[in-house]
Amino acid sequence: MDIDVRKTAMLARIALTDAEAAELQPQLSSILGYIETLSEVNTEGVEATAHPHDTAMPLRANVVTNSNRRDALQAVAPKIESGLYVVPKVIE
Amino acid sequence: MSWEVVIGLEVHCQINTDTKAFCGCSTAFGAEPNTQTCPVCLGMPGQLPVLNVLAAEKTVLTGLAIHADINLESKFDRKNYFYPDLPKGYQISQFAVPLVERGHLNIPTADGEKRIGITRIHMEEDAGKSMHEGLDGVSHIDLNRSGVPLMEIVSEPDMRSSDEAVSYLKQLHQLIRFLDVSGADMEKGQFRCDANVSVRHPGEPFGTRAELKNLNSFRFIKQAIDFEVIRQIELIEDGGKVVQETRLYDSVKGETRSMRGKEEAHDYRYFPEPDLPPLRISQQEVDSIRAGMPELPEQLRQRFETEFGLSPYDANVLSQTRELADYYESLAAAHPADPKRAANWLANELLGRLKEAGKDIADSPISAHALAGLLARIADDTISGKIAKDVLDAMMLSGKDADTIIEEKGLKQVTDSGAIDGIIEEILDANPEQVQGYLDGKDRLFGFFVGQVMKASRGKANPAMVNDRLKELLAKRG
Repeated sequence: MDIDVRKTAMLARIALTDAEAAELQPQLSSILGYIETLSEVNTEGVEATAHPHDTAMPLRANVVTNSNRRDALQAVAPKIESGLYVVPKVIE
Repeated sequence: MSWEVVIGLEVHCQINTDTKAFCGCSTAFGAEPNTQTCPVCLGMPGQLPVLNVLAAEKTVLTGLAIHADINLESKFDRKNYFYPDLPKGYQISQFAVPLVERGHLNIPTADGEKRIGITRIHMEEDAGKSMHEGLDGVSHIDLNRSGVPLMEIVSEPDMRSSDEAVSYLKQLHQLIRFLDVSGADMEKGQFRCDANVSVRHPGEPFGTRAELKNLNSFRFIKQAIDFEVIRQIELIEDGGKVVQETRLYDSVKGETRSMRGKEEAHDYRYFPEPDLPPLRISQQEVDSIRAGMPELPEQLRQRFETEFGLSPYDANVLSQTRELADYYESLAAAHPADPKRAANWLANELLGRLKEAGKDIADSPISAHALAGLLARIADDTISGKIAKDVLDAMMLSGKDADTIIEEKGLKQVTDSGAIDGIIEEILDANPEQVQGYLDGKDRLFGFFVGQVMKASRGKANPAMVNDRLKELLAKRG
């Protein structure tokens, strides 16, 4: 199974050199081919598994439990200005 | 050859919970940037989302109000895309099995009522906010909105004109407000609409559609659709082809613009959200949510017609918002003699003045009680309807009550003690048993006589004078 490495890299926002793309192409295709063996299993009449455990979702009460921890949370951000995260310009 | 317009609408509606969809952060609007965030809504590794129960309940309530099926088991999926205001790199949404499916909304159109199908309502989380203006080479991100619960309400492609689209949106907006499931303030982005628009010749299969974004007022929605329809028709008639794409509405230029190239073909790679097991809700819970259903606009309109004898037009005007309806009900209660008069004065006089003043019924300087005070002076012929309009103007400006203004401006009609005596004698003559009863010591009957005299005088008689004259004239009969 062939994979479009360039498209996958674009979707994942990963920059690849031509050499890297050439190297990854057969590797990723081979991984996909391996996973593809799953499709040999006959799943006729088998319900899709939404979650491995047969459990219902626990729910959270509509009560504010978090306080302002901006300073601590932003300590790991590369760049901050007036409490805002600064990122490379996003074109609209 | 004639053209037919086909429109389907997707409405994103912020659910008005106190906390976000999957964490305990506040959703309060207007806070300092990034002060309402936590590791969950910032997409930090190792955090687990837990769904807000109220967000689910409000989505179910909305589903019930549009007569839809509630899926007792629904699922969450990840919608993957990269954008700096989406810290996880995916949005938790419901793709394969949404909470609500197969509903409808009846809307008024030029040709009468029309049923618009609603395909589904699914829950998802909002992204943060990006700011670009006045910044050089960078964007700023505020993640307070990241993780705020949304309902996406997806209609069938059932609308055939921009007017129908706006009618649907207004109807939906009103419903959402009555249900109190969202603030639905369009200026705050709490009610956002995307429109899928295509054209075809009647009877043919659907044409290729364009998705219009950035429609943040009812007026812009109509303008954007009208522009897009003409663009598509001209394109096809010139031998071109509509391409399926996202187009941004520019309200300044009044046109839609392709976002092609900027947004790259979307490939969301949906897959089941492994962090969330299925959402299960029992039929009992659904029934209990249904039992808590508030009165809906349609029921309110009907009640206004039957309970207060209003015309369908007035009933519709006064049921536009819950606030307005509540105002009217207070007014009608304070002026029970004539609910139609109350409706006319509210709909035609007060609302007009509020609109001129740029105000809403919620911040009306004239309370329902105060307006009822004015109506009482019309009812008891203290002033004419014409003078009452001047009094209402003065009330708007000064906030004083009607009686004060009537007194200050000397608008009151003169009372005549001879006329009051005449009315009292008539009442006493007509009720000899009560007169005897009063004279035998049943003091409480005095109130009865006051009531009868006031009624007979159509409220025009001065109550203090009536009291004095009644006492004297009753005593004379002793």
